[in-house]
Amino acid sequence: MEKVHHRSFLRVTKKDEASLPVKALVIAIAIFCALLVSALFIFFVTKLDPISVYVSMFKGAFGTKRRAWITIRDACLLLLISLSLAPAFRMRFWNCGAEGQILLGGLSTAALMIYFGNKVPTPLLLLVMMIASMLSGAIWAFLPAYFKAKYDTNETLFTLMMNYVGIQLIEFFVDFWDKKQSHSVGIINMNGQGGWFPPVFGQQYTLNILIVLVVTVFIYVYMKYSKHGYEGAVVGESVATAKYAGINVPKVIRNNVLLSGAISGLAGFVEVSGISHTISNNTAGGRGFTAIIVCWLAKFNPFAMALISLFIVFLSKGAAQISSDFGLNEFASQIITGIILFFILSSDFFNNYKVSFNHNRKEGR
Amino acid sequence: MSVSQIISWCVAAITFGTVIMYGCIGETINQKAGDLNLGVPGVMQIGGIAALAAAFLYERAVTSLNPVLSMLIALLACLIASALAGLLFAFLTVTLKVNQNVTGLTLTIFGTGIANFFGGSMMKLSGGVGTISVARTANIFRMKLPFLFGKFGAFGSIVFSHGWMVYLALILAFAIQYFLDKTRVGLNLRSVGENPATADAAGINVTRYKYLASIIGSAICGLGGLFYVMDYIQGSWANDSTIEALGWLAVALVIFTSWKPKNATWGAYLFGLCYWAYIYIPGSVSKFLAEKLNLSKATYMQNLYKMLPYLVTIVVLCAVSRKKKRENQAPASLGLSYFREER
Repeated sequence: MEKVHHRSFLRVTKKDEASLPVKALVIAIAIFCALLVSALFIFFVTKLDPISVYVSMFKGAFGTKRRAWITIRDACLLLLISLSLAPAFRMRFWNCGAEGQILLGGLSTAALMIYFGNKVPTPLLLLVMMIASMLSGAIWAFLPAYFKAKYDTNETLFTLMMNYVGIQLIEFFVDFWDKKQSHSVGIINMNGQGGWFPPVFGQQYTLNILIVLVVTVFIYVYMKYSKHGYEGAVVGESVATAKYAGINVPKVIRNNVLLSGAISGLAGFVEVSGISHTISNNTAGGRGFTAIIVCWLAKFNPFAMALISLFIVFLSKGAAQISSDFGLNEFASQIITGIILFFILSSDFFNNYKVSFNHNRKEGR
Repeated sequence: MSVSQIISWCVAAITFGTVIMYGCIGETINQKAGDLNLGVPGVMQIGGIAALAAAFLYERAVTSLNPVLSMLIALLACLIASALAGLLFAFLTVTLKVNQNVTGLTLTIFGTGIANFFGGSMMKLSGGVGTISVARTANIFRMKLPFLFGKFGAFGSIVFSHGWMVYLALILAFAIQYFLDKTRVGLNLRSVGENPATADAAGINVTRYKYLASIIGSAICGLGGLFYVMDYIQGSWANDSTIEALGWLAVALVIFTSWKPKNATWGAYLFGLCYWAYIYIPGSVSKFLAEKLNLSKATYMQNLYKMLPYLVTIVVLCAVSRKKKRENQAPASLGLSYFREER
């Protein structure tokens, strides 16, 4: 090849990881730019004043006490799913199957609610549902994990396909349980509220928040201090190193992914028993995918996950409010979320790399 | 099963297969450059909605429709929009070195948002009511082959009863296969995906190859979206996320074909047959199973039959990974960003 490398005008070099204040500043700038771009989008599509739109967004998320609680509730759910992905992702096991695992957890919860609700005391039923949902989430994760560990099967696609198998299973059971042939199970146990999360301390969602708090602390400790969590990190860095260090790689993969699936299943339990009290193929609602990005952005740090989850839920609640206020379609929120995620993802570049101008362009490298 | 049923099953499978064939060809180009773009469902939707929007605006602007022009406008809009999506992916993953999986998934979220937002509210934004429809443009895309349609009996009914994009997909699959196997540029592209550092040392501009592969690959994926909008759902929009499922199946098809677009020419149709099997499984079978499972309606069984394409994909994935044939593996550097100073 006769062509010599064209030396570019800008030069990118790696630098030491940025300090915390710098990182915070970079993210703040990224969010500001994202809001600016979203504002342009809002303005050009709707001709609305973006400032009043953002005010309306804030009202949508925190405007009333009820709305604030719902925002917190949904942020907790997203956080729970993000937490569930951490053990898998740290091994570079791309679990894109949280959707399916949530659905299966929700399915077993709904089944128990339907068959035993109002017959078995609710605390006992809640305990059984919790265990069942974790088991079913873990089962849904087990197959991809087993094949990944044994034959290095592509887990991204395997887990994605398991989502669709899960969706069809839900569709099947919805038809099976639906007495009115309306392809919906409706609100389960509307009378008697068997198997619903009871209000604790006068708040409807206390139990949701408690569960998520416990899991947050658990995952933090697990990832940071447990032997298994540590082994997962080693496998993620380098499988060769892990093998050399005598780590049983297939076993570590299986166990970490099983844990991941179990917590996703638990999220299905929280959603069905603690929030919607119904089951449909929309129970997971794309959260399994959003959580992937939350988990990645947070670099597996549970507390960063909490902040990001809250931020994303705030955005989507706000955007939903705009949609209803200004008569837009609810998917506007997904666009704004996408734009913001693109910016935050890109911003990480400035934490790890330095860009400088190439002055001596004639000189060789 | 009667002959006419078999014919309609095959026709439906070919229509379905064409959507994912475009997606598969585009994604193969991406992956051959070492970029695992999980944004295929998003890119397809962006391409589809761009075509739909362009055709919609054109149909509203003129009273008498110029068929060739309306088709070209839709095509051009689709190619530009999906190429831009590819450019965005390349900018993030190649220049800013963001993780490819995460970028791809974000692209899917973003594309789904864009498409469903405009698909659902374009009528309203432009002052109309009801759902969007571009039947006139869609009919041009769906025009059957002249001279051949309606001849050669059952074979002709299966093979010649489609719009031109079905045949374009086949030609494209073989052309890209030839490009990857036999041309200099194609070999360079593959070397970028196998080992970018070596390719770089050999004087190949890795960045440029990755960018172009992402842009062209995404444009081809976008054609899948256009075909879905114009042919599969006949010039309208549906917020039912079917196209998202098709996008994932297109990514799965890349592995099924072991990164060889020529295999997509039959693999895609096979997926199509699996996808539509639920309609053509005989009623007596469903009835028997429904009685065994104590279902009130035999049609409930269809929910389970619909798992078929996904189950088949899973089985294929496992089988392929078990065999581990050398020529059927993914490009060695798939999914990794390349930074010259890190080698």
